[in-house]
Amino acid sequence: MDIQLLDQALQSQSCIDFVASGDVGGIAVFIGTVRNCTKGKPVLRLDFEAYEPMAVSELKKIAIQAKEQFKVQKIAIHHRVGSLEIGEMAVVIAASAPHRDAAFEACRFAIDTLKQTVPIWKKEIFENGEVWVAAHP
Amino acid sequence: MKLKILAFGITKEVVGGRQLEIEIREGVATEDLRGFLLEKYPAFQKLATFAIAVNNEYSQENTLLKEADEIALIPPVSGG
Repeated sequence: MDIQLLDQALQSQSCIDFVASGDVGGIAVFIGTVRNCTKGKPVLRLDFEAYEPMAVSELKKIAIQAKEQFKVQKIAIHHRVGSLEIGEMAVVIAASAPHRDAAFEACRFAIDTLKQTVPIWKKEIFENGEVWVAAHP
Repeated sequence: MKLKILAFGITKEVVGGRQLEIEIREGVATEDLRGFLLEKYPAFQKLATFAIAVNNEYSQENTLLKEADEIALIPPVSGG
């Protein structure tokens, strides 16, 4: 598995290259990108913070579970930290398997679980304020 | 015993920094620390939830805390 937190632009090809092999027939890739607005309000940028050692450990758990549950051959998860501009890639997840179902499902599982368990936080920066996403009900 | 606690995300704003040191009796569990923090920093009550991690693992409420533990406050996560 290839699990990384990076404070520079992500390279989706690097994740694809990692999971590619002659044994696989399908590679599924999810890319999370920075959207320019939230609930109609224009966003200037997103700031990502991570509790790095625990984030890496939780991402590894996700990768291990994905491999056990969906029988994917390889998985790569790269997540940004720091300030991201609109349109930048915040996360890249690539999963490979002999057949496409496992690759799609593992990829979906990985992003859905990441959003629940991994200690990474994003703050939305607006023209007139900043908000930590999901902090308040 | 002294407990050193790391604060992340919005909890940095609640406690006023990236790290906090508290003096607390021996033999406390995570739930006791939670109670202590809620009382000392009422702003915690406004958060949707917060988890407490001990040595890079989400803690059970009845886990006993030791001075050498790395404790972190984990507000609602929003990665991805």
